[in-house]
Amino acid sequence: MLHIFCPHCGELRSEEEFHAKGQAHIPRPLDPAACTDAEWGDYLFFRDNPRGIHHELWVHAAGCRQYFNATRHTVTYEILETYKIGEKPSVTAAGGAAKQAIDQGVTA
Amino acid sequence: MSNSINVYQQRPAAAHAESPLFHAELDQLVGKGPAKAGVTLREKKLLGHLTLRGDAKDSAFAGAVHQALGLELPSALMLVAAGETSLQWLGPDEWLLVVPSGTEFAVEQKLRAALDGQHISIVNVSGGQTLLELSGPKVRDVLMKSSSYDVHPSNFPVGKAVGTVFAKSQLVIRHTGEDTWELVVRRSFADYVWLWLQDASAEFGLAIKA
Repeated sequence: MLHIFCPHCGELRSEEEFHAKGQAHIPRPLDPAACTDAEWGDYLFFRDNPRGIHHELWVHAAGCRQYFNATRHTVTYEILETYKIGEKPSVTAAGGAAKQAIDQGVTA
Repeated sequence: MSNSINVYQQRPAAAHAESPLFHAELDQLVGKGPAKAGVTLREKKLLGHLTLRGDAKDSAFAGAVHQALGLELPSALMLVAAGETSLQWLGPDEWLLVVPSGTEFAVEQKLRAALDGQHISIVNVSGGQTLLELSGPKVRDVLMKSSSYDVHPSNFPVGKAVGTVFAKSQLVIRHTGEDTWELVVRRSFADYVWLWLQDASAEFGLAIKA
């Protein structure tokens, strides 16, 4: 059982209170009518499937019912951080923080 | 702005009202439990429940709520109460206001007047949920059997309220007194939670209070 930090409740809560909602940071095209079918299809259906750091949307379904983002390592399932919608992740695959996490034993 | 919102008396005094546990006939069970019950259950039925939404960071919103209710907007996971009125944090922009039965219409109008012109929402959800009060020395044991949330006083002091998983369903647990807890139960789950509580408190002795 994981304990996940809800950035709205401000405390660690049991995993069963949460639901994963897929990849985070997918902006809706500002003008859908101007999209090509390929662009629109890409927005609707195509998601990353990385091995390693992944930014995901989660919802605290049984608690405050708010959506937030989580940075998760897809190999170890370690949740490296959670942050509110609109905020930027501090742990990224490109950033040093990921390397640091890997050095601490999170190996891909 | 507020003139376009349809605010009306949802529970007229003349109407026959049935709480979500009406069918359980709790009043028939009063006094039939063990003399030394570990858990005492009381349905605080037919209270006024209002869901209030607005911007907590806006001092005009917090100020108007305080002016209308005399209660400060609680911060995360907190519950404030004055008499029979309580205001509870449900989310960063959402609160549950519980008021004495029959006053919800007047309170809603008062709140709407105080918050006039602001981007807010007030919904009367009185018919959608009910409050179950559990009191007694063994209530914490029943909660520990039912939920994965840590209900030890060091983590769950009086005045805290959390929405969590409870007996595979979801409800809000409120700690209102040292040995007194409240559950905010949705109408459709009320029968299930009532059956669950009977089973979970059987080993400690369950009494019903009117």
